[in-house]
Amino acid sequence: MKYIDEFRDGTVAQGIAKAIRAEADPGRAYHIMEFCGGHTHAISRYGLEDLLPANVRMIHGPGCPVCVLPVGRIDAAIWLARQDGVTLCTYGDMLRVPGSKRLSLLKAKAEGCDIRMVYSTMDALKLAQSLPERQVVFFAIGFETTTPPTAVAIKQAQAMGLGNFSVFCNHVLTPSAITQILDSPEVRELGTVRLDAFIGPAHVSTIIGSRPYEYFAEEYQRPVVIAGFEPLDVMQAVRMLVRQINDGRFEVENEFARAVTRDGNEKAKSLVADMFELRRAFEWRGLGLVPYSALRLKERFAAWDAERRWDVPQDSPPDNKACECGAILRGVKKPVDCKLFGTVCTPENPMGSCMVSAEGACAAHWTYGRFRDADPGHASGPDPEGD
Amino acid sequence: MCLALPALVTELLPDDNAKVNLGGVAKTVSLALVSDVAVGDYVIVHVGYALSVIDPEEAARTLELFAEMGELVPEGTA
Ligand code: SF4
Repeated sequence: MKYIDEFRDGTVAQGIAKAIRAEADPGRAYHIMEFCGGHTHAISRYGLEDLLPANVRMIHGPGCPVCVLPVGRIDAAIWLARQDGVTLCTYGDMLRVPGSKRLSLLKAKAEGCDIRMVYSTMDALKLAQSLPERQVVFFAIGFETTTPPTAVAIKQAQAMGLGNFSVFCNHVLTPSAITQILDSPEVRELGTVRLDAFIGPAHVSTIIGSRPYEYFAEEYQRPVVIAGFEPLDVMQAVRMLVRQINDGRFEVENEFARAVTRDGNEKAKSLVADMFELRRAFEWRGLGLVPYSALRLKERFAAWDAERRWDVPQDSPPDNKACECGAILRGVKKPVDCKLFGTVCTPENPMGSCMVSAEGACAAHWTYGRFRDADPGHASGPDPEGD
Repeated sequence: MCLALPALVTELLPDDNAKVNLGGVAKTVSLALVSDVAVGDYVIVHVGYALSVIDPEEAARTLELFAEMGELVPEGTA
């Protein structure tokens, strides 16, 4: 298919890999974080790490909306689904994410709650129209890409006078998460995580544009390259970042110019600005409370805000102790560092959110990476640094 | 849930919707978040909405940059 096949060409990938090997200085290490789960998925699926020289290391970031939602918000969604007359709907991946006490929306559904999976917010609206006697709550999650679709649905509900539709809003913001990582003690003081550069999000950037990254490229002196989700996009971004690091530059470059502009999607941005406001702080799995990192509906749209309609619990229970999702999302650990990986925790029976979504680091490694690791000489798992 | 493919717009439908071809599968998506989309354009679709229209010239330019990389490689390494 056009715009897919030519961005997956293996010969060209080898060519870019060769260029990276030629340009990367063997005397230094390059630590590149791909923020987005979409990139994590591409890196694992196409084995891109095998194409890179050993001193160019990829660190998986927290950019998977399913992964970063804390246990408390899953519990709150289950709480909502249990309220009288409520039908809760959400995107498919959310159903399997474990909340506290190993409960998930899927299990709540098996217990009799009315929980449905929807593909888009339009389906959620249709559901509300078809169930006038029920309260249909859309459990909204995601980064800047899913917020505008939520906004469109609320606008339409308003236009249709649809009183039995509301949104449990969990939309979060990418730039604040990147800032939080750069400010974390592991990066700033302890130096346990070295981050030299970032691959910026593909789809998020189609909405917000490349401009928002300029602040921390400058402020934190880290280069950023926005890249598409195809394997050649990722390889090219690595090459551009290696160049920037070699030159001592820290600029925002855009590899995904076919879909991303500096200012992004104005129509989507103004819709979101009109309807949502910043939360003072929001909890992220792995990152803790991140200031001004999430959105909620403005007062004007209170009628469609599930958190204003119901007294939704705001507890924040801790993660399952054995699950390392939190550390993995901060780039501190890798999936194979988790004792549960591949034994107790698999995509069929996920113990943590990183094993649920295809973009989660654990799920990506389970699906595509574990056979690379399968070396009988290493009983406790391979050395992630390579041999 | 962020994974998405470029989809070819095959028909414009009422209420800001469009029929697209997504890797051989026909789907209806919303165009509420984009402007000036025409049949024959490729759009990036996410959770049922087109988020942006692919710029064919920029795509060609990116592919050219890849190809320049390829030229550095001696033949026969495929
Ligand atoms: S393997 Fe499972 S339990 Fe371990 S960190 Fe990943 S999601 Fe959590």
